Amino acid sequence: MSTGRRLVRVASPLAALGLWQLLTSLDVNLWLRFEQFPTVVEVASALADRVGTEVYWQDLGHSLRRISVGFLLAAVLGVAAGTAVARSRWAADTLGPLVEVVRPIPAIALVPVAILLLPTNEQGIVFITCAAALFPVLVSTRHAVRALNPVWEEAVLTLGGGRARVLFSVVLPGALPGIFGGLSVGIGVSWICVISAEMISGEYGVGYRTWQDYTIVDYPGVFVGMATIGALGWLTSTAVESLGRRVTAWLPRPTAGVPVGGTVRAVRAAVPLAPSVTPSGTSRATSSDASAVLRPEKEPVP
Amino acid sequence: MSTVSPSTVSAESAESAASAGSAGSAPATAGPASAGAELALHGVRLGHPDGVAVPRPVDLRIASGELLTVVGPSGCGKTTLLRTLAGLLPPLEGRVTQDGEPVRRPGADRALVFQHDALLPWRSVRANVELPLAIRRTPRAERRRSAEDWLERVGLGGHAGKLPHQLSGGQRQRVQLARALAGRPRAVLMDEPFGALDAHTRAGMQDLLVEILRGTGATVVFVTHDVDEALHLGDRVALFASGEVLDVPHPRSRDARQAPETAALRRRVLDSL
Repeated sequence: MSTGRRLVRVASPLAALGLWQLLTSLDVNLWLRFEQFPTVVEVASALADRVGTEVYWQDLGHSLRRISVGFLLAAVLGVAAGTAVARSRWAADTLGPLVEVVRPIPAIALVPVAILLLPTNEQGIVFITCAAALFPVLVSTRHAVRALNPVWEEAVLTLGGGRARVLFSVVLPGALPGIFGGLSVGIGVSWICVISAEMISGEYGVGYRTWQDYTIVDYPGVFVGMATIGALGWLTSTAVESLGRRVTAWLPRPTAGVPVGGTVRAVRAAVPLAPSVTPSGTSRATSSDASAVLRPEKEPVP
Repeated sequence: MSTVSPSTVSAESAESAASAGSAGSAPATAGPASAGAELALHGVRLGHPDGVAVPRPVDLRIASGELLTVVGPSGCGKTTLLRTLAGLLPPLEGRVTQDGEPVRRPGADRALVFQHDALLPWRSVRANVELPLAIRRTPRAERRRSAEDWLERVGLGGHAGKLPHQLSGGQRQRVQLARALAGRPRAVLMDEPFGALDAHTRAGMQDLLVEILRGTGATVVFVTHDVDEALHLGDRVALFASGEVLDVPHPRSRDARQAPETAALRRRVLDSL
C-alpha cells in the first residue's frame, strides 16, 4: 500500500474522532443533541481505567471464547451441510426445506429455544452465535460447490479417483474462495449475535458489561464497550480474511498496478471479438463472474 | 513459444528411468508399462439420458495399442463418444467393453485428456502430475521423481512449481498430457486436446505426443475436427458421421503428406464431412 493511502486510512478515523470531540465538548444542540454525549477524552480515560482492571480482560476472554466455539462449530457444520446439500439429492431433499424455513429467523430470536433446550446460559450463547454464522456459511458453500467446473471432477474420476478423492481434492479446495466469502459474513453476524445474547442472558462478557453500564447510566462505559466490540470484530474478521487470502493464493489476481476497472473493461470489450462466442452466448460470458477461473468447458454434446 | 524443447528428445532414457523407478519399491505402480486396452462399442446408442441421442448406433473396435483418430463436424457427438468410453456416461443402449469386460464407471485404466482447463488450478504443475500417482498411493518420493520425469519429457522441467494459470495454453496441455500418462493408463482418450492451440504450437504438440506415446503401449482414441491432424496421427481414421473406419497408409510420417494414397484418403475424408 502506498504511503498516501496509508495516510488516508489513518486520517479518516482521526477526523471522525476530532469531529466527535468537537461536537461533544462544545455541547452542540442542533436537533441532534450532544450535551449528554460523552466526549472522546472521557471515553478514553474510562477505557484507560477499564483496561487496568481484571474484569475487563475477563469479559473479553468470555466473549472471545463464546465466539470462537460458536463460529468454529458453525464453520464445520455449515461447510459440511452446504456441501451435502449441493452434492446429494437426498441431502437436498431432507435438509434443504429445513434450512430455508429456519434461515429467515433471526438468531437472537432463538433465545427462548436456547433457554428451553440447553442446560446452561453459556451453551445458549454459543448456540445462538453458531446459529447466526451457520446460514451464511452454509449458503455460500452450497453455491460455491454448485458452481465448480465439472471438468475437474471428471478429470479426477478418469485418473482413478473415488468419491473421497473428489471431495477432498476437488470439491473442498475448489469451493474455498466461496466458503471464505461465507465465513467473512458469518464472523460479522456472529459478533452481532454474541453481544446481543450476552446483553439478554449473559454473565460476564463484553455485551453483558456494556448493558450493565447502560442500566447504571455510565455512558463512557457504554462507549468503552462499543469500542471494544468494534476492535474485536475488526481483529477477528481481519484474521478470517487473511487466512482466506492465504488458502486461496492460487486464484489468478490482477497484475499489481493495473486498476481493476480497467481489466474488467478490457475483458468485456474482448468478448464480442472472440470468434467462438455466439450472440446468444455473449450475455452469459460477460455476466459469468470469475470467468478466468471457471471458464466453461466445451458443452457436452446432447 | 518453443514447442518441443531439445530436452524432450531424451525420451528413451527418461522412459527407462521412470520404469526403473516405479519398479523399485511399490507394487501399486506396476513396473513395466502394461499393454494397451482393447476397447469396443457394441451397438451403442450415444447420448445423454435427457438430451438428444446420436441418431445411429455405433459399432467400433479399437485394437490394443492402436491410435484411432475420430473426425467429424462439431456437435456430432464425438465428445459423447469419449465420455462413454471413459465410463463417465452410460450408453443409452448397447455395451461398452474393455478387453471384453463391460465398462461401468470411470477408472485409472482410461485417462481422459480434455480440450482445456482440466488441470486443478489450486495445485502446482507438479502436484497436478502427481495426482494419479497419489490416487494410487504411490510413496511420496517416488511420486515426486516420476512427476519430474514426465515434466522433463514434455519439456516443462523448470515449471514444476508454477500454477496452471501461470502457463501458456500449449504448456497447460503438455501438463495435462504428462498428468494423463503419469498414471500409466492402458488407454488414453483425447478430446481435441490441441484444438485451442495455434497451428505452429499444434504441430509441435503432435510431434511431442507421438514421441511420448512411444513405448507406453497405450491404446489412444484421439478426437479432432482437423482432418490433417487425424491423418497424421492415426493408424486408422474413424469418420464419425458415416461410421466408416479407414486405414491410414503412412501413420505419423510428416514426409508422407504428399503421397498419393494420403492425398486420396484426405479427399475421401473431406468429402464425407
